[in-house]
Amino acid sequence: MDWAVFIVAAAVILTGALGVVTSRNPVHAALSLVLTLFGVAVLFVAQQAHFLAVVQVIVYAGAIVVLFLFVIMLLGVDQAEDLEVDPLVGQRPAAIGVGIAGLAAILLPILFGKWQWLSGQPSVVGPAHSGTEPNVNRLATAIFTRYLLPFEATSVLLVIAVVGAVVLARRPLSSERLGETVREEP
Amino acid sequence: MTVPGAWYLTLAAFLFVIGAVGLLVRRNVLVMFMCVELMLNAVNLTFVTFARMLDDIGGQVVVFFVLVVAAAEVVVGLGIIVAIFRRRAGATADDISLLKG
Repeated sequence: MDWAVFIVAAAVILTGALGVVTSRNPVHAALSLVLTLFGVAVLFVAQQAHFLAVVQVIVYAGAIVVLFLFVIMLLGVDQAEDLEVDPLVGQRPAAIGVGIAGLAAILLPILFGKWQWLSGQPSVVGPAHSGTEPNVNRLATAIFTRYLLPFEATSVLLVIAVVGAVVLARRPLSSERLGETVREEP
Repeated sequence: MTVPGAWYLTLAAFLFVIGAVGLLVRRNVLVMFMCVELMLNAVNLTFVTFARMLDDIGGQVVVFFVLVVAAAEVVVGLGIIVAIFRRRAGATADDISLLKG
């Protein structure tokens, strides 16, 4: 049963990821991204990370992809991209070579059973699954005690992001458009 | 019978590399941004897998913070993309080369 879930979710994830990379239309790429995000959420559930799975679906599939689709709709950039043209000669083979090298570098320790090289030592934050306490309780306890300061820092980060988005999206005043020659009034 | 963690790590490695290659190959700025999200998801999957393998809730806490940072990053990044596209429609990543000198 676990293997069936893993295999189906892995197929969904890889299909979606390849769809993001290879689809010519950005709307199709966004929909493939939803597929990948749902697959990852399924694997979160399979590893008893229930809260993160819910947050993954709500934040990623619910908010971020919708934001992508909104931007595509607002800007009208949904025209197909010509994937045949190679703008920089030899860029694609080089990129694929870099990808294979990186894949080998990550995979070799895993395949030889030395994944400790990637993870380091087990830390002492607290057990994830032992006992009958639900995952949500354990996560909340960790966030609101040991990781309280980073949690508060994320609130500052979100405020900065909101202010930055407003500043970026604001229509510039006419007195600030000195020296802009390529700009056309929308 | 549970799936060994090495399988999850392998899947996450493949997902990360697909995202990285896509980021290098594609020229549409929005699709490049989606590839960054793919890489973030691969790392999240790795963190959750290690949280299970090492029985440590810290990995899941890190994923929580990564989700928050990803949301903030998408907001600012899409704001920048909208600003670029307002200035010049239909720009790809190759056209945005003012800093090239």
